[in-house]
Amino acid sequence: MISLSVNGEQRDLDVDPQMPLLWAIRENLAMTGTKFGCGIAQCGACTVLLNGKAIRSCVISVATAEGGEVTTIEGLADLVPGDGLHPLQEAWIEKQVPQCGYCQSGQLMSAAALLDSNPNPDDAAIDAAMSGNVCRCGMYSRIRSAVKLAAAQTGSVVQTFDPAVTTDLEGADHG
Amino acid sequence: MGKWTRRAFITTGVLAGGALAVGVAIRPGHRAPKVAGQVTENGEVLVSTWVKIDPSNKVTLIAAHSEMGQGAHTALTQMLADELDASWEDMRYMEAPAIDEYANWALGKGFLLGDADIPAALVPTVDGAMLQIAKAMKMQITGGSTSIRATGVYGVRVAGAAARELLLQAASDAWGVPLSQLDAKDTHIIDRNSGKRAPFAEFALAASQTAPSATPTLKTPDQFRIMGKSRPRLDIPAKVDGSAVFGIDAQVEGMKYAAILAAPVFGAQLLSVDSTEAQAMPGVAQIVSLDDAVAVVADGYWHASQALKTLKPQWSQTDNDATSSESLFKQFDQSLAEAFDGGSSKADVDEGDLPAAFASAAAALDATYRVPFLAHACMEPMNATALVTDESCQVWIGTQNPLGFRYEVADAMDMDVEQVQIHQHYMGGGFGRRSISDSAIQAAKIARAVGEPVKLIWSREEDVRHDHYRPAVASRFRVALDDQGQIAAWENVYHEKHEPAEAPTIPYMVGAQKIHAVDSPTHVPFGAWRSVDHSQHGFFTEAFFDEVAIAAGKDPYEYRMSLLEGKPRHQKVLRTAAERAGWGEELPPGKGRGISLQESFGSLVAQVVDVTVRDGKVSVDRVVLAVDAGFAVSPDGLTAQMESGVNYGLTAALYGEITIADGAVQQGNFHDYLMVRMADSPEIETHIINSGEAWGGAGEPGTPGIAPALVNAVFDATGLRVRELPLSKHDFSDFS
Repeated sequence: MISLSVNGEQRDLDVDPQMPLLWAIRENLAMTGTKFGCGIAQCGACTVLLNGKAIRSCVISVATAEGGEVTTIEGLADLVPGDGLHPLQEAWIEKQVPQCGYCQSGQLMSAAALLDSNPNPDDAAIDAAMSGNVCRCGMYSRIRSAVKLAAAQTGSVVQTFDPAVTTDLEGADHG
Repeated sequence: MGKWTRRAFITTGVLAGGALAVGVAIRPGHRAPKVAGQVTENGEVLVSTWVKIDPSNKVTLIAAHSEMGQGAHTALTQMLADELDASWEDMRYMEAPAIDEYANWALGKGFLLGDADIPAALVPTVDGAMLQIAKAMKMQITGGSTSIRATGVYGVRVAGAAARELLLQAASDAWGVPLSQLDAKDTHIIDRNSGKRAPFAEFALAASQTAPSATPTLKTPDQFRIMGKSRPRLDIPAKVDGSAVFGIDAQVEGMKYAAILAAPVFGAQLLSVDSTEAQAMPGVAQIVSLDDAVAVVADGYWHASQALKTLKPQWSQTDNDATSSESLFKQFDQSLAEAFDGGSSKADVDEGDLPAAFASAAAALDATYRVPFLAHACMEPMNATALVTDESCQVWIGTQNPLGFRYEVADAMDMDVEQVQIHQHYMGGGFGRRSISDSAIQAAKIARAVGEPVKLIWSREEDVRHDHYRPAVASRFRVALDDQGQIAAWENVYHEKHEPAEAPTIPYMVGAQKIHAVDSPTHVPFGAWRSVDHSQHGFFTEAFFDEVAIAAGKDPYEYRMSLLEGKPRHQKVLRTAAERAGWGEELPPGKGRGISLQESFGSLVAQVVDVTVRDGKVSVDRVVLAVDAGFAVSPDGLTAQMESGVNYGLTAALYGEITIADGAVQQGNFHDYLMVRMADSPEIETHIINSGEAWGGAGEPGTPGIAPALVNAVFDATGLRVRELPLSKHDFSDFS
């Protein structure tokens, strides 16, 4: 039995420890928002957060994730306070990003990890963080602008409610 | 009527015309209990085949088009809402079930009749005949960029206006007031005199008792409220929180999982398979042999895929075991040479005296262009889930042709079509690939062998190696220029003719011209790939045309404009792209600018591409695009399709190459079949022109023009003429 936390909930998995996390999430936990695209960490469709870092769940075994905190697309909105969507999800809708939508769970999780480490990324930082995620519908410029929109909105929310953090963010803005 | 293909349908106007004359009097729009039973629930009333209204006054469009991201669901819903005078907030979309009554006849009408003026009295007969043909073809296709320009124009708008008339008449009857006193607005009927107001739902039942008009009064563009304005796509919210259910996400109680390996060489059969090791592996339930493939069924996909790797299959030999891309291109060149030397070919266009023009030419050009096979590489690998009993076969899948799949699965399973049910899902990319039923049939056969529900998932490698491919094609041109630099003769020979028939033609004024096709068959299966034949001919004709302009000593943009006299719509699109891109500006060294013009699927697209060639690498900086689709039902939707079409074509132009060795595809995954990623995707600027001409398509027209504009820009930057895609085959190391 392998224990890990998925979207804040403790889950015990009775699976082959070498099984990639992707299949445990999709088949054993029946959470299908995380997608299979290539199986060799080349497309990013399977991206989830493991302890806050974006990983390709198609090549990370369940054993590797043991004891860790996994966040999938189904848990993305819960990373922010309130009942609403994550600012990235709001921005994705605002910019009408998805077409077929299949890669978008992975795109959003990669973007979430990016904003977590770099709240105000420039084009080069966005390109670097997001180029592991393939979108066959080619919505890259919309993804880029949605990431910026979410970054801007996250900044304003923080400024409104938490002056202490605002100072840090401003530092990051100019630094 | 036998088996119809879409191509046969599109090209057999005469036969269809005959059917019209006979007049099959079954009209779309009837509301047989059979249909109502399949599409309504909880007190919903089916006002016509296309429209249902529920007790809370929500209106649902039922249309036979699937959603693969192209936005058809939303745009079609806009069309219905506008004609019906419903509020956008009250609108819903439902994809039609895979039953004959929802064969997309309007699509056929668009193809066969276009803007033909049909006498009102004949419209129901014509529509009925179209339905018969569409049924005979099992046609419920989303493809050919037809959702808006055919189903929307000939079906949904008419259905909306007709339903509006029915509701108004029902209100007039109920209230005892003249029709002329009533308005439809915001999903309500309003009596202008009394101010009385009631929701559509109140009259839905009465409206459903009357036959809808086949020729209702449609709105004119100045009356549009919802068409022409961007609406947030209906399917997007579910695509940002993981809740959208794709075919691969289907959940069937008790299902097992299957991984599959098909014969590497197309056409080979499975002779035997040693599965000793696999049988002993954890979770493995069964090994299933098919004619040309072998599958492992297990308790999960990972166990199935691990066990699959241990199988030792024996495949039959074929005539193509030594075939390679090189041998195929040699064959193509020979086929083209024979055609040029008077061998047999089939002409698309044959006008004027070519030999005379060449004899008196001031200059002549002769060039051969080539493109490789391409896989679709949808993000969602092919898959299907099936459950087969003695009595029935159910398939859960995302498909571009649910009704067609139903018939094809029935054929393959030797069952009656009534026994087969298709559960349609979102598609993680389609691009033409999901109009082919191979994975559905495999899943059904495996599920029958297992006797339990089975979800079959193709590995990415299987997906790349067993696609139905955009063909590898060679195309040879000969052009004669007169002493004024005008094109006295244009000759073009190519192979692999599929559709649309007009793909190889050019819009420019030329003297004599002959465009002809030869057969040069291969064993590699053909599939419609976003923009189909335009995907190669757009590159061939518009890149070669650039060569001609340069040879004539003209500016490629000015030259095009001068040869488009009398075609103001073409000129406006081209001029818009050129002006917005700053055509004619001096560019710094290492930079280049190229242009292209493509008419496809009823729409015109001009593209201007800026490139930088530095450190031996070509990067695409910017694409300025102008599109005239007649009218943009959803401007943002059209823009999104242009962006998508450009990046899809750009992937092919920069990297896309499927090669054949020993009869089999060599590539397998995204490390050797490269995709455009964020870092190499350009800024794309889209300018929409609403010319008011017949409405055109959106899903495909953005794709063909990027490759030629790109290679023309590369020529501008480097002086190197790229006649063979992809660009990655070419060496730019001299350019630092």
